[in-house]
Amino acid sequence: MQKIYSQILQIVGDVITVEARDVGYNEIAEVKTQNGTSLAQVIRLDGNKVSLQVLEGSRGISTDDKVRFLKHPLQVSASEDLLGRIFTGSGEPRDKGPRLTDNMTDLGGLSVNPSKRIVPKNMIRTGIPMIDIFNSLVESQKLPIFSIAGEPYNPLLARIAMQAEVDMIILGGMGLKYDDYLFFKDTLEEQGKLSQSIFFIHTASDPTVECLLVPDMCLAVAEKFALEGKKVLVLLTDMTNFADSLKEIAITMEQIPSNRGYPGDLYSQLAARYEKAVDFDTAGSITVLAVTTMPGDDVTHPVPDNTGYITEGQFYLKGGRIEPFGSLSRLKQNVNGDTRSDHRSIMDQMIQLYADYREAQEKHSMGFQMSSWDNKLLEYGKRFESELMDLAVNIPLEEALDRGWSILADIFEQTEIGMKESLIHQYWPKKEKE
Amino acid sequence: MTKKRLGKVIGVNGNMVAVSFEDKVMQNEVAYVLLGEQRLKAEVIRVRGNRADLQIFEDSIGIKVGNDVEFTGELLSVELGPGLLGQVYDGLQNPLPRIAEKHGFFLQRGAYLEPLEMESEWEFTPEVKKGDKVLSGTTLGTVPEKIFQHRIMTPFHIKGELEVSMIKEKGPYRLKDVIAKVKDEAGKEYPVTMVQVWPIKMPIKAYYQKIKPVDPLVTKIRIIDSLFPVAVGGTFCTPGPFGAGKTVLQHLLSRHAEVDIVVVAACGERAGEVVELLEEFPELIDPKTGKSLMERTIIICNTSSMPVAARESSVYTGVTLAEYYRQMGLNVLLLADSTSRWAQAMREMSGRLEEIPGEEAFPAYLESRIASFYERAGLVELRDHSQGSVTIGGTVSPAGGNFEEPVTQATLKVVGAFHGLSRERANARKYPSIDPLESWSKYTSFIDAEKVQKGVSILKISDRIERMMKVIGEEGTSTGEFISYLKGEFFDAVYLQQNAFDKVDESTSEERQKYVFDLIAEILDKEFSFEDKDEARKFFQELRQVFITWNTVAFQSEDFKQKEKDIRNRIGANKGKEHAKNI
Repeated sequence: MQKIYSQILQIVGDVITVEARDVGYNEIAEVKTQNGTSLAQVIRLDGNKVSLQVLEGSRGISTDDKVRFLKHPLQVSASEDLLGRIFTGSGEPRDKGPRLTDNMTDLGGLSVNPSKRIVPKNMIRTGIPMIDIFNSLVESQKLPIFSIAGEPYNPLLARIAMQAEVDMIILGGMGLKYDDYLFFKDTLEEQGKLSQSIFFIHTASDPTVECLLVPDMCLAVAEKFALEGKKVLVLLTDMTNFADSLKEIAITMEQIPSNRGYPGDLYSQLAARYEKAVDFDTAGSITVLAVTTMPGDDVTHPVPDNTGYITEGQFYLKGGRIEPFGSLSRLKQNVNGDTRSDHRSIMDQMIQLYADYREAQEKHSMGFQMSSWDNKLLEYGKRFESELMDLAVNIPLEEALDRGWSILADIFEQTEIGMKESLIHQYWPKKEKE
Repeated sequence: MTKKRLGKVIGVNGNMVAVSFEDKVMQNEVAYVLLGEQRLKAEVIRVRGNRADLQIFEDSIGIKVGNDVEFTGELLSVELGPGLLGQVYDGLQNPLPRIAEKHGFFLQRGAYLEPLEMESEWEFTPEVKKGDKVLSGTTLGTVPEKIFQHRIMTPFHIKGELEVSMIKEKGPYRLKDVIAKVKDEAGKEYPVTMVQVWPIKMPIKAYYQKIKPVDPLVTKIRIIDSLFPVAVGGTFCTPGPFGAGKTVLQHLLSRHAEVDIVVVAACGERAGEVVELLEEFPELIDPKTGKSLMERTIIICNTSSMPVAARESSVYTGVTLAEYYRQMGLNVLLLADSTSRWAQAMREMSGRLEEIPGEEAFPAYLESRIASFYERAGLVELRDHSQGSVTIGGTVSPAGGNFEEPVTQATLKVVGAFHGLSRERANARKYPSIDPLESWSKYTSFIDAEKVQKGVSILKISDRIERMMKVIGEEGTSTGEFISYLKGEFFDAVYLQQNAFDKVDESTSEERQKYVFDLIAEILDKEFSFEDKDEARKFFQELRQVFITWNTVAFQSEDFKQKEKDIRNRIGANKGKEHAKNI
């Protein structure tokens, strides 16, 4: 029944064309080459001409290699057996474990009916004050980490993975350096979190097409577990590599580029992935944190720009710290009202004062006159940066709030911080030393 | 209708399906790709020889060359009738909550449901008698729908003078029941039910004439109403980079704008935002009617992960529903968020059709499509000489926040007001982040034009001085200049900015705006005198604090009057000696 085609008409980039009948759009096929077998996905049908992108790249494919269509779309196994395992972008084991074939789930899948979504209301604590206090992460949120190459975004991701209170973690690596892959693996292993994690890793040396599949693999598995009631955290690094792979394939397919070579559907492609983040009415949830490196620190570059329109805020990593300006969690209002009564006030006032500090600092560097207030601000800014902003700081939310109060109390008078009296009465630290 | 016209799939590329046909096809007609049990909706968008290109409103996964395609001979249409209010539809007018009841968490491919429940009963009261002469759009009778009298009208598509040949008596009828019959001059008889079908890409024109929009539409957002007003039946756009608060602003408009009906078309944006509307609106009470806001709202949502081709139809579906209620003499506000996503959908399809690209690969017809969409707004005089209107407000999401891009520019050419959002203002948490120096409006405000002019010019001066101070420091400016700077900052902080989280401040009535603006104008006019800059700064800081509190107390309450007295006393206390160090 399954016919084998053995005449490849065209090989361009990683896309091959064969003449075949009865082939479904987006269906997959097996290509047997002298080096082994690779999967390929149908990406265009034109009469009897079928174009397929070969997941492992077209290198070594000869025009008489055999193509066999498998009659189903790309799938991934989604069962408990995946926990603790590491796979490639096409779902092959990267560790020494067996191949998994149970419970196969289609990639991509259907989109969630908006009327079955709920407004998310649970905070995910990370132990990072810049997130917990100032831009709380919320279950089912989709948030990118905007960063320049060279910033410690992977260590940050690993830390969130270790400390976040979730049921399981799925890590998707796209164009990851091998060292970084090992770093993630070792870190999670040391903390005993590997058994709750699943890795889909495409390293920089793997074929481009596999890079495209990583988010779909991660999210298809995540969705399966979320429907079973699990709180899943999906970490993706780096989405800019994903976008670049899209660009590469689009150009191979002779699509007209729209902006800096990226295809016109970049927004829809990214949205289709990010929108998988969801809080199901009566089941679990998917939270997505994704690194997006900004070429040249340019937030208007098509990848961060389109991402910003899709996601619910962003963390802006700069100079090894999460910048309070530019970072935003759009959902924080949903959760920071019922943590502690001073949470919102501390958040607003400390940021306000930090903004004033930046101004004072500018004034200082321009050589303008400094008032005593300005000097207070300078001191405040320094302490704020070292005691709360620094990524090494790792304390629970309540302790971070207390620390905020003690910084304020050390520097300012009660009347200077513009806080409600009742809060000052309740939280202002009693000085014992002096 | 007699025999089905069929075709065969000959190619698939993303959401474009190429089909060969034998008989005939019509441009923009609806077709279904038959995939086993599933019928996937599509629209003909190009015909060449015996090959038709279809855009498909579903994921195209699994479609094969050789699959059957059924042409319907109908343009992409919506059903219009009682029961639309309060509904949540997707871009093709499928009722999402009912789909969820039937299919659960996910949107199944090819699962379509009728938009209106044909079996539902409505109390019909006729307004014409047998033998009356009517035109298309004439009211034949009414049924009560929520707080409105929903007019059942002669179908819009029938031309010429008609005669009522049958009309049912007052009583309850099902939507699918024939309640009247009309006969045209040639003697052809048309049965009329309470539901009519209309193609979404054609404007409804069953009115007497279009008139110029003049009256301001009260949005209760001060910076819009006072400085950059929108007219009833006008158009406006809100471009802004991400994070500038476009959607929040639209939500505020949908809650507070003084119109009868609001249609929200969420096009290609986040699902989470729609969910907020869905959870919030049924709880919120419309102060005008005392009923839930949902009763005057229709939500069309085609969020970013839903099929791209349906984005275009979601905007058109929205405007068609708006036009339908306009025909009943109502004022309707259509909010489209975001028109850029619709433009991107056009670009995607244009790329698949291998058309010659224009700027940033957008198709050459982008401008004319955008223009004809906004042209569907307007104030009309209906056949019974009552008036109805559609006001359109669209957000634009320019790439990189740069307003020079094609979608923003094409939109600016056709709209009557431009509310440009700025990232700087949003970063400084100045909301709404409409930039008062860049925005404009061609409509007139209910605030005296001269006073508005004064306000705007003080903002410009203040901005100039602020930029100067960044270079030469506060030391380098005179006290007079410094006071002008403070006045501008003050105006911005207490009037242009509005706290969306405060129950009172989030919406300001026309009356209150006029009242407060008078006082503001007085303050901006007054020549103050201060010993030095610190004194000036302190004065305005304190005045600002009182004023902001004043904004949060109910209009003309005891508290309001007291705070006002406090403000007036503070201003009066400064004697403004003309010989002082001013200038």
